[in-house]
Amino acid sequence: MKLKTLFLAMTFAAGSATAGEVEVLHWWTSGGEAKSVAVLKQMMEQQGHSWKDFAVAGGGGESAMTVLKTRVVSGNAPTAAQIKGHDIQEWAELDYLANLDTVAKKEGWEQSVPSVVTDIMKYDSHYVAVPVNVHRVNWLWANPAAFKKAGATIPTNLDEFFVAADKLKAAGIIPLAQGGQPWQEATLFEAVALEILGSADYRKAFVDHDMAVLKGKKMVEALTIFKKMKGYTDQAASGRDWNIATNMVITGQAGMQIMGDWAKGEFIAAGKKPGVDFVCVPAPGTQGQFTFNVDSFAMFKQKDKGAMAAQNDLAKTILTPEFQEVFNLNKGSIPVRTDMDLSKFDQCALDSMDTFKASATSGDLVPSFAHGMATTSAIQGAMYDVLTNYYNSDNISAQDTANLLADVVEDAM
Amino acid sequence: MPVTHTNTPAPLASTTPWQDKMQVWLPKLILSPTIVVTLICVYGFVIWTGLLSFTKSRFLPQFDFVGWRQYERLLNNDRWITACENLLIFGGLFIAICLLIGVLLAIFLDQKIQQEGMIRTIYLYPMALSFIVTGTAWKWILNPGLGLENLVHQMGFTDFKFDWLVNSDMAVYTLVIAAVWQSSGFVMALFLAGLRGIDSSIINAAQIDGASKPRIYWSIILPCLRPVFFSAIIILSHLAIKSFDLVTALTSGGPGYSSDLPALFMYSHSFTRGQMGLGAASAIMMLAGILAILVPYLYSELRGKRNA
Repeated sequence: MKLKTLFLAMTFAAGSATAGEVEVLHWWTSGGEAKSVAVLKQMMEQQGHSWKDFAVAGGGGESAMTVLKTRVVSGNAPTAAQIKGHDIQEWAELDYLANLDTVAKKEGWEQSVPSVVTDIMKYDSHYVAVPVNVHRVNWLWANPAAFKKAGATIPTNLDEFFVAADKLKAAGIIPLAQGGQPWQEATLFEAVALEILGSADYRKAFVDHDMAVLKGKKMVEALTIFKKMKGYTDQAASGRDWNIATNMVITGQAGMQIMGDWAKGEFIAAGKKPGVDFVCVPAPGTQGQFTFNVDSFAMFKQKDKGAMAAQNDLAKTILTPEFQEVFNLNKGSIPVRTDMDLSKFDQCALDSMDTFKASATSGDLVPSFAHGMATTSAIQGAMYDVLTNYYNSDNISAQDTANLLADVVEDAM
Repeated sequence: MPVTHTNTPAPLASTTPWQDKMQVWLPKLILSPTIVVTLICVYGFVIWTGLLSFTKSRFLPQFDFVGWRQYERLLNNDRWITACENLLIFGGLFIAICLLIGVLLAIFLDQKIQQEGMIRTIYLYPMALSFIVTGTAWKWILNPGLGLENLVHQMGFTDFKFDWLVNSDMAVYTLVIAAVWQSSGFVMALFLAGLRGIDSSIINAAQIDGASKPRIYWSIILPCLRPVFFSAIIILSHLAIKSFDLVTALTSGGPGYSSDLPALFMYSHSFTRGQMGLGAASAIMMLAGILAILVPYLYSELRGKRNA
């Protein structure tokens, strides 16, 4: 290990003088995302490295992951790949990822990025990945015009949520825009569970997998409310994509949507102004709490010295304040660095950043299980199955579901 | 005689063994690449998948053997059980309805009607579409907010309800509707060809004996079509078992996982959920299921033919 660190340090000392090629696997191919990647490419080229784009579109990265696996198994790993959350640990365990400790130390990542985030980037306490941005998942997006028409107020807790939802329904507006895909249902449930369980129990259930909490009374309550919310969605939700659901809020066909801050991009793209045409508030009852979803690049081991130098420069560049600003303005998320000037960001992003900083110290910053931050893809998939089956079927009780949730998690562990 | 003795057999003696050898080896030579490819890509990978199903492979293949553990997990998995039940419902109904509609259409078309060519083409056309197109089109038609239900509501019948696509108890039947729509025309074509191949003298003889038309069809023509039933069932059942694109496009296995099928289960566990061992186990179970159904059927059908 020491030798390797030394070796890495030496190549890094050679620094930007050695130019290399970076090949980056990502699935940021749509509008704002593609723009963000172009910026990274430009910044790398300014440092004298060549950029080889390896974009695999579609499916939330599913197809990209399949390609990546083939490439890695055949001994031809790219420099970096968009891998997030718990999957980083899986890749590192198989010993494919490079050690980034030197660049991390030199750039002072420990000081500028909250430890909750850096923990995910490390395997065996060594950096193997670089965080790009932070999404807050527990947002409620609302259309104020629709609320005005229905005479409702934008809810801050679950009781108010149902009052407002009833009023919207009476006014002929779909109260909650929802897409019928397992991850969207899990996103909704996550927001409810965070409020009902509280941050500490949320962590116990979805990160530490405490069986008592998973099948406990609070979980049953959260499941019951989750199911109750279904009554405020429309029937045609089955199979709907999240952005179509967001569009329903934009047009006023629906009143609210509970979704991560990537939804903001849809509002902005439709020419809507935050605070005027749409409102972002924390999901009911989760003020001060923050479910995070961090995108990151995992760095694969390289044989070529030039490629290693380029890899280190890539890691460094991703966390520079300049890239963080441009990238996150395009993507709708907030920078992972907490020491940045945010004057160009809108109110939603500023609120998000305030909560991010505050919750990082209060313990209310929790990983999103619906987005692969909290647990392995096996456990996540098993929970998706149970939740989506409960949400869509009338034949299973909340108590049975909670028991089943505990069972499948135990089995997938 | 020495002249003929040396001249005539000489060319024979020099070419025959070579030609013989060629005749023996050429077909083998030409077939060998296919055999090698089939051996590796089919049987080799079946064995490879079988091996993986006994390991605890998650993300990438690895070889820590865990015995039957993955199979135990599979049989305890509620989603897998649902997927298998769905396959039985979907496969059974799909094959039965396709055969029924196919046979009826073929018989009606066989009544020497006008414009037969055009009508036949109309029924056959859905087969030209990919299942993805069929699935997407039916998704829109069956969506209560967009398609049929909405249309009938707009016509003024607001009590009309047709929400199978979003009802977790009924979603699997929407797969049957779409698949039958696509494939019954093809079954019709198969039976039509079969009907045209029946010797008309048998039918004439039956008519002379005074048999009624339904009686002729039931007792003479349909039994004659036994080989067509055989091919149709084989084709339809493999369509049903490997059905993946249709479910993906039409319901994505939802609502929940109520319309999941084994192929979809296998794909999502092997490739997106990092549970390769479990996925491999489900693939082997699918293979075993196919063998359990098809081998006895093939055996009885082919043996029956040999005896006949």
